[in-house]
Amino acid sequence: MADDLFKALADRTRRTILDELAEKSGQTLFEICSRLSMKHRLGISRQAVSQHLAVLEAAGLVETRREGRYKFHELNTAPLRQITERWLVPDTMPDTSAPEESTP
Amino acid sequence: MKIHLTSVFVEDQAKALHFYTEILGFVKKHDVPVGERDRWLTVVSPDEPDGTELLLEPAGHPAVKAYRDALVEDGIPLAQFAVDDVRAEYERLRGLGVHFTQEPLEMGPVTTAVLDDTCGNLIQIATQPR
Repeated sequence: MADDLFKALADRTRRTILDELAEKSGQTLFEICSRLSMKHRLGISRQAVSQHLAVLEAAGLVETRREGRYKFHELNTAPLRQITERWLVPDTMPDTSAPEESTP
Repeated sequence: MKIHLTSVFVEDQAKALHFYTEILGFVKKHDVPVGERDRWLTVVSPDEPDGTELLLEPAGHPAVKAYRDALVEDGIPLAQFAVDDVRAEYERLRGLGVHFTQEPLEMGPVTTAVLDDTCGNLIQIATQPR
């Protein structure tokens, strides 16, 4: 699972897709393709975008939702928590430390 | 050469006529019976009564369903109509109960939105820069 996650994040196009889904979750394939092409000038085919989405989906970062006849892609940031829980230095200082630090 | 007529496949021509005239605001141009049930049914923009006609074509051919379902699933609009202000039109149509699969979005020079025409197609509306 972690390998899939890092593989998914290792590609710039896929990170751009995540950026766009973070801006608005719940997009059709057409909207994602349009955003990549019009906003980011990424001339990649629909098939390629589909494959990128499949990689993101395998990593759990993208989930698809069906609403009647439509299919929407949703962002799921939960897998990213694994990274922070693994390496982020825990907050050892209590919350009251902030004002003390700013005092000369 | 110029584009005189273009078409969308519709499941129910009477329902389509209602949506394209009463909701979207087009005007009926031709309505001629052809065959047992089908009609040669076209609409035009009220701003351009002699402009390009849109044919509301029966979706009876067996290839149509697979073709349209695949496009709808990926969110691909079948036709694009120009409007003065996508956001205003989006609000107006939403008020009339129209379902959008894509909210107004600036796509570089154009602003677009995508709606369901209730007859089996996704339709894009767009505002071009002036």
